[in-house]
Amino acid sequence: MIADNKIEVRGLDAWFRGTHALRDVSLSVPRNTVLAIIGPSGCGKSTFVRCINRMHELVPGARQAGKVLVDGQDLHARRVDPVDLRRRVGMVFQRPNPFPTLSIQDNVVAGLKLNGIRGNSAELVEKSLRQAALWDEVKDRLQHSALSLSGGQQQRLCIARALAIGPEVLLMDEPASALDPIATAKIEELIHELRASLTIVIVTHNMQQAARVSDATAFFYLGELVEHGSTEQIFTNPKEPRTEDYVTGKFG
Amino acid sequence: MKAHTDKTYDAQLDDLRNKLLSLGGKVETGIATSMRALQERDSKLAEQVIASDREVNRLEVEIDEACRRLLVLRQPAASDLRFITTALKIVVDLERIGDLAVNVAERAIDLNQSPPLRPVHDLTKLAQLCQQQVRAALDAFVDGDPTGAEAVIQHDELVDSIYHNLFNELLALMMEDPRNIRRANSLLFVAKHLERLADHATNVAEMVIYMVRGTDVRHPGSRASKSVPPA
Repeated sequence: MIADNKIEVRGLDAWFRGTHALRDVSLSVPRNTVLAIIGPSGCGKSTFVRCINRMHELVPGARQAGKVLVDGQDLHARRVDPVDLRRRVGMVFQRPNPFPTLSIQDNVVAGLKLNGIRGNSAELVEKSLRQAALWDEVKDRLQHSALSLSGGQQQRLCIARALAIGPEVLLMDEPASALDPIATAKIEELIHELRASLTIVIVTHNMQQAARVSDATAFFYLGELVEHGSTEQIFTNPKEPRTEDYVTGKFG
Repeated sequence: MKAHTDKTYDAQLDDLRNKLLSLGGKVETGIATSMRALQERDSKLAEQVIASDREVNRLEVEIDEACRRLLVLRQPAASDLRFITTALKIVVDLERIGDLAVNVAERAIDLNQSPPLRPVHDLTKLAQLCQQQVRAALDAFVDGDPTGAEAVIQHDELVDSIYHNLFNELLALMMEDPRNIRRANSLLFVAKHLERLADHATNVAEMVIYMVRGTDVRHPGSRASKSVPPA
């Protein structure tokens, strides 16, 4: 059987000027699954996800080599427009970053407006906010400033904004690290629900979070992919001593 | 083995390991003492075994608490998780071994009140082998030695075959003279307790293999197959 991979990364290397940030990374993410990426700071986790939606190349002096395929299509082929690509591959960051001067509603459709898409925006706003599990909390104040929301709500607003464009892949870089446990639980529940329609890659420092939300886990260390396996296997019976040391808390 | 960055975690795991070893030591002594009570016809020794069961029970409760504390406070993973879940399982087996030693001691007190029956050769052999099995299972646990654990599992067949011989021998004694029935029956219970106790040693050995290798060797074929995404 041929695995139905949404994302396939082959021999990926990445550099920041003189720093070799990723070394020959190959892995694949099956469609409608969640991949968690764990590893200490500076291990290349964030660089890895930023290569998937070509944000890495925005950093001055950054380079990369190797292949990243989404649905079998090479994302770094010249004819691929990075803006189109980012419509298909959405991203949510560590700090909620709503547009401060826009209302809740305008934040949701901001991505669409930037892409010049017209449509029934009221319907889309409701659908996206429902998908991000925020609708019930904001439906009576859609015109309020996005900054009137709590941190957890702002993060779900950013997820709604990412979902409004209809992405196929969602990259999440530490999406809950600035949130309290209740907001974190909501984001995690959301990840479980979104898996039905999306493929998700989440970077997290919180190993329990990785264990809770993901199907597969990849452990990165010093730019190398050390081990990639089912989340259950990585946390109960890792094969690599470096993974074992990291997940059991034996550092340095 | 590499130490945890948080040294108090290592101290807590060591404490749990030491409690298990202490429990293992106590139940081993229990078996040896109850068999001596039987062979030397010394009911005082049997009373000691019965009294020491309180200590065994206390340790069981302490070990359970230590495991729960580690699970909730440390959220252990990988080898730590396998060690703690193993501890939770083998503490039950060790406590049962202690109970079975008490049962043997109670039978010894009963038997010591009647004149001795003709010596049953295989009973000594069975008792020695069962004690060896318990010791070997505990050693395998301490050393994290799956090969030693596999040997324990294999030797259980020998335990069973000695038990069956003994069963036939005691049955013959009963048929020979009805006055033997009560005592032979008590000895049969002793044999059964020893055989059961060796089964618990086998359980411990199976958990040691899981603890070290992460593979469950119990009941082959009963696990749902798991698909692992390709690396």
